[in-house]
Amino acid sequence: MKRSKGEKIFGVFNGLILIILAIIALYPFIYVIVASFSDPMEVASGHVWLYPIGINLSAYEEVIHYEGIWVAYANTFFYAIVGTLVSIVVTILGAYPLSKKRLRGKTIFTFLIAFSMWFQAGMIPTYLNFKDLGLLDTRTAIIVGFCVTAFYLFIMRTYFTSLPDALEESAKLDGANDFQILLQIYLPLAIPSVVTLMLYYLVDRWNAYFWAMTLLKDESKIPLQVILNKLIVEGNWSEQTGALTDSVEYNQETLKYATIVVAIIPVLCVYPVLQKYFVKGMTVGAIKG
Amino acid sequence: MKIAVANKKGAGNKKSGVGIYFRELKRDLFRDKLLYLMFIPTALFFIFFVYRPIWGLQIAFRDYKVFSGLEGSEWIGFKNFIDFFSGPYFWRLIKNTFLISLYGLVFGFPVPIILALMFNEVRNKALKKFTQSSMYIPYFISAVIVAGLVTNFLSPSTGVINNMIAFFGGERQYFLSKPECFRAVYTLMNIWKTAGFNSIIYMAALTAIDAELYEAAVLDGANRWKQTWHVTLPCILPTIVMMLITNIGNMLNVGYETIILLYQPATYETADVINTYVYRTGLLDAQYSQAAAIGLFNGTIGLILVCGANYLSRRLTEYSLW
Repeated sequence: MKRSKGEKIFGVFNGLILIILAIIALYPFIYVIVASFSDPMEVASGHVWLYPIGINLSAYEEVIHYEGIWVAYANTFFYAIVGTLVSIVVTILGAYPLSKKRLRGKTIFTFLIAFSMWFQAGMIPTYLNFKDLGLLDTRTAIIVGFCVTAFYLFIMRTYFTSLPDALEESAKLDGANDFQILLQIYLPLAIPSVVTLMLYYLVDRWNAYFWAMTLLKDESKIPLQVILNKLIVEGNWSEQTGALTDSVEYNQETLKYATIVVAIIPVLCVYPVLQKYFVKGMTVGAIKG
Repeated sequence: MKIAVANKKGAGNKKSGVGIYFRELKRDLFRDKLLYLMFIPTALFFIFFVYRPIWGLQIAFRDYKVFSGLEGSEWIGFKNFIDFFSGPYFWRLIKNTFLISLYGLVFGFPVPIILALMFNEVRNKALKKFTQSSMYIPYFISAVIVAGLVTNFLSPSTGVINNMIAFFGGERQYFLSKPECFRAVYTLMNIWKTAGFNSIIYMAALTAIDAELYEAAVLDGANRWKQTWHVTLPCILPTIVMMLITNIGNMLNVGYETIILLYQPATYETADVINTYVYRTGLLDAQYSQAAAIGLFNGTIGLILVCGANYLSRRLTEYSLW
């Protein structure tokens, strides 16, 4: 299609504005990375903008030698991986029966699950419930207590519903039971949806902090996000780590930035995969909606 | 008419009618036993972690004492609610919750739509991919890290924003301790974090538009602006209305988890929303009944808003949540 002069000028402006917006989206990360490698004095005095000044790795040395962060890291990996697996298994097992029209009680089950999306008991009854069940300060609370997201369960159910009934009928004729049908026929077809939902759960689990902060008190169980809150938001490295050396005092800023870099590396590494599936998931959802 | 028939049938062989029902029920339950077995983990989760707390909401109507337990605490009716409504913070909390949501709607809602329209005009594939991928990234970063970025960047002594202000000859500001800045900071932060990613849903709507519509518009002599105005916008309007209604329904669910990270006593005046107040009253000060009542109030109004929004949505668009 031929474009008029005005349209070409518009196109250039449009592109420029988008590039500026993209830089705004990225700049915080660039700054954090650059600052974390710079001389703390240069960072504090505001000389560092775009490139590191006076390369200095002391912040990273400090972060790497602080054991608490690695314990938290290991915990986050545990909660994210085990949590996601538990979540996806329960979600698939819960969504499949609800996709069957013939299931007695389907309507009431669906309603009770949907209702939880629009009305929750709230913070206090939820907290007291964990307390009452004896789950305060346990890993079980984090893994099991938040294992199903109603919305994701419905996405899974919608997918199962979209598959033709004939699949099930022919397998039934061959004598397969419902478990076999789910595992051998429906699940292989649903792999793209399952992967998408696993990534949704994974990101939620990785980033979750509120209930971990509220329910876990034991330092050996807390995930990365909770310790990050103490280190970079409430922000006092020396208080948290108990290190009282001068080096920690004067490079507070760079320490925080180095901590942020260490914490977001895994997210940035898997970002291309995340982006691909999240975009697809959103798009499918939009067309369905 | 229908009732009459049913009555007649029921009166004729009532006993065997019920009998048939139960026999069929038993047969169906037996036939689908594996499906019910699969459903057990989900059912247990919802019973223990969703509906058990809802049952526990009765502490909102009791004077809950940790030692007496739920059942042992005295019933006090609506006292907790009345205390909250007549308390000093009620109007402040309502106002803050409402205003922070409204800021998000007015300033945050249009941004993803505009972004999607802009992405849509980009011809260069590499440029499109780069700008989109960059703007999706913040969505995947945790609230804690985003709050950490905000606090450190806004730090009056060493933060990069204040360094820039000082560089251009301005005066350093302690943004996060100024009540008048909080809502702006919070809203801008949310736009930065979510606008790019939220544009995806509009991009999906844009790609679904039939190319023939544009061809027809071009034949009628419409330029790009006119095409956007007369073809693109009307085509994505249902998506816009749907998103708007969903957002209005969720107005009370202000992101308290993030606010807790960013506010401080100096900014409570503008930053304290219902849920952050519930957090302080209940989880920090252990006034469980009082806090549960406020939470229940918030949840109920929220439910009404969602139902209202859904009703509107069904009337205005073909989309509805149920």
